[in-house]
Amino acid sequence: MANGRVRMTYREALRAGVREVLLREPLAFLMGEDVGRYGGSYAVTRDLLAEFGPERIRDTPLSEAAFTGAGIGAAIGGMRPIVEIMTVNFSLLALDQIVNHAATLLHMSGGQCNVPLVIRISTGAGRQLGAQHSHSFEGWFAHIPGLRIVAPATVEDARGMILSAVRDPDPVLIFEHMMLLGAEDEIPAAIQASDLDSARIRREGQDVSLITYGGSLFKALEAARVLASRGISAEVVDLRSLRPLDDRTVFGSVRKTGRAVIVDEGWRSGGISAEISARIGEHLFRNLRAPVGRVCTKEVPIPYPKHLEDEALPSVAEVVAVAEEQVRLHV
Amino acid sequence: MNPESRKFHHPMMRIRRFEEKCAELYGEMKIRGFLHLYVGQEAIATGVMSVLTPEDGIITAYRDHGHALARGIPMREIMAEMFGKSEGCSGGRGGSMHLFHRASRFYGGSAIVGGGIPIAVGLALSDLLCKRKRVTACFFGEGAAAEGVFHESMNLAALWKVPVLFLCENNRYAMGTAIERELSRVDLTEKARTYGIPALRVDGMDVRAVAAETSRAVEQVRAGEGPFFLEFATYRFRAHSMYDPELYRNKEEVSEWKKRDPLLLEEQRLRDEFGFTDHDRMELEREVDREILESVRFAEAGTLEPVSALLSNVYKRGGAGWRTEG
Repeated sequence: MANGRVRMTYREALRAGVREVLLREPLAFLMGEDVGRYGGSYAVTRDLLAEFGPERIRDTPLSEAAFTGAGIGAAIGGMRPIVEIMTVNFSLLALDQIVNHAATLLHMSGGQCNVPLVIRISTGAGRQLGAQHSHSFEGWFAHIPGLRIVAPATVEDARGMILSAVRDPDPVLIFEHMMLLGAEDEIPAAIQASDLDSARIRREGQDVSLITYGGSLFKALEAARVLASRGISAEVVDLRSLRPLDDRTVFGSVRKTGRAVIVDEGWRSGGISAEISARIGEHLFRNLRAPVGRVCTKEVPIPYPKHLEDEALPSVAEVVAVAEEQVRLHV
Repeated sequence: MNPESRKFHHPMMRIRRFEEKCAELYGEMKIRGFLHLYVGQEAIATGVMSVLTPEDGIITAYRDHGHALARGIPMREIMAEMFGKSEGCSGGRGGSMHLFHRASRFYGGSAIVGGGIPIAVGLALSDLLCKRKRVTACFFGEGAAAEGVFHESMNLAALWKVPVLFLCENNRYAMGTAIERELSRVDLTEKARTYGIPALRVDGMDVRAVAAETSRAVEQVRAGEGPFFLEFATYRFRAHSMYDPELYRNKEEVSEWKKRDPLLLEEQRLRDEFGFTDHDRMELEREVDREILESVRFAEAGTLEPVSALLSNVYKRGGAGWRTEG
């Protein structure tokens, strides 16, 4: 630790966040598949069982619908449950509980039954896990009124977002990109909550806005460095929250640059990138100097072979190419 | 009024007449959407609620008027909810299938078959973790036993020994599909026992049997022995919903079951054992009619939420979730 700062990985930050919640909030507990003895499928919850005991670190059967529903019930009963769904691919087995129940109970009850539930879900592709273990469904979930959807892309957010999420009176889904787990950064030693609804400018620029979130943030930042070496100044916007979307920050950036490229690991058709693009079109038509560009995952189930998986996912080279094309238009 | 009729007969009569009134109001287009009537099954909600305490929690499904009335949610608030009025127990936003009343620990009202079952397990888990001596009563129909989440929830409840009481109202039809056409094995208690949950089959047309067996089960659950499963054999006398032409069952079957009408059975018992008279009956009908008329007046006079409030109650923290530029 130097100057009140510590160096840690995204994985360690996720663990520090969960641990801090359990220390501060006596009503919080964690449940999910292999979160206890195994230490978490991605080792995020390692050692928490020893520290907090089996009442608060609860291994569950492979019953996504039941333990997600149990999280909803426990939340109604006054607890602050954190449900871990091992991967977003398995969250589909709990979709009825998340969409038909967690998202609707407050409304259907006329405001009587809020659901202060946190669901942590690992997401994304990049490890040759094949079509059923490589989905990015956070954009889908962002379609649903009643849910809050966040995607920490930085080590600091990985630690801080869950602190705000557990205090939120509504269901919050945290999407943790599995390719970020080993990413390292130096962050303040003092643990602080990160807000759940604002976007951040991660790099300032003048010529084009690269709008992204989660696992694609570092691709966008890398693309910005490449673009800088070619004389193009790119601004990088980290959305952080997909619902609500922070239009103000996005629009502010695009107003300044006049160009927008959205980078999203979801598929292009009907995805969150389409929503962001539509909003920019609706509000900033006169400010645009080029059509909105998008770099998304190709419309194919994620293939197993490395070279095809790489080809399917958004790449730094594609982001650079689309951004350069936009600047070249000189409208 | 005959004091013994207060216990079970009066609450069942309230449900029966309320439901009949709702069907009438549906015909008059005052109530819309889906309307699933509980007629024939009144003994179950009435018997179960009679042994629960105000601290116990309740989760139910979409055929929920009877449970709400038996739990003690004011009839007028239930009727106002049918009318979609702000004075309704769910502020008008829920409707017939989504009755809520936090003060009564009545948490709805799920219209997804089996969807409420894991939520009940979680509610009970919160009591277990907070060391509260409460029971969560979870109502569902036999149709739910074909849903995956039913089995996941039975397993989880038994594994964690949560204080939940599973109450299966077996009215023999999952909408229009008879139980024999839906389940490879029709003994529902057997399914519960497979998960290590003690289970019992009860005559769901006999309100006193329902109350007695539920009372024993509740005692066991409250003592910390984990979940208990009760299957109530019952029958719904009316169609599944107001849209159902009832092509799947014959009139003889319906009239056979109507001979075991829970209200008739209880009234006969009151006459045989507790000196219930025709005069008592008249008094009872009059009191129930008055309450129903008052509830309709209350609902009619209720207010419609202003459309300017449309986006409220999406988030407790406020806002519609999409922040748009002002």
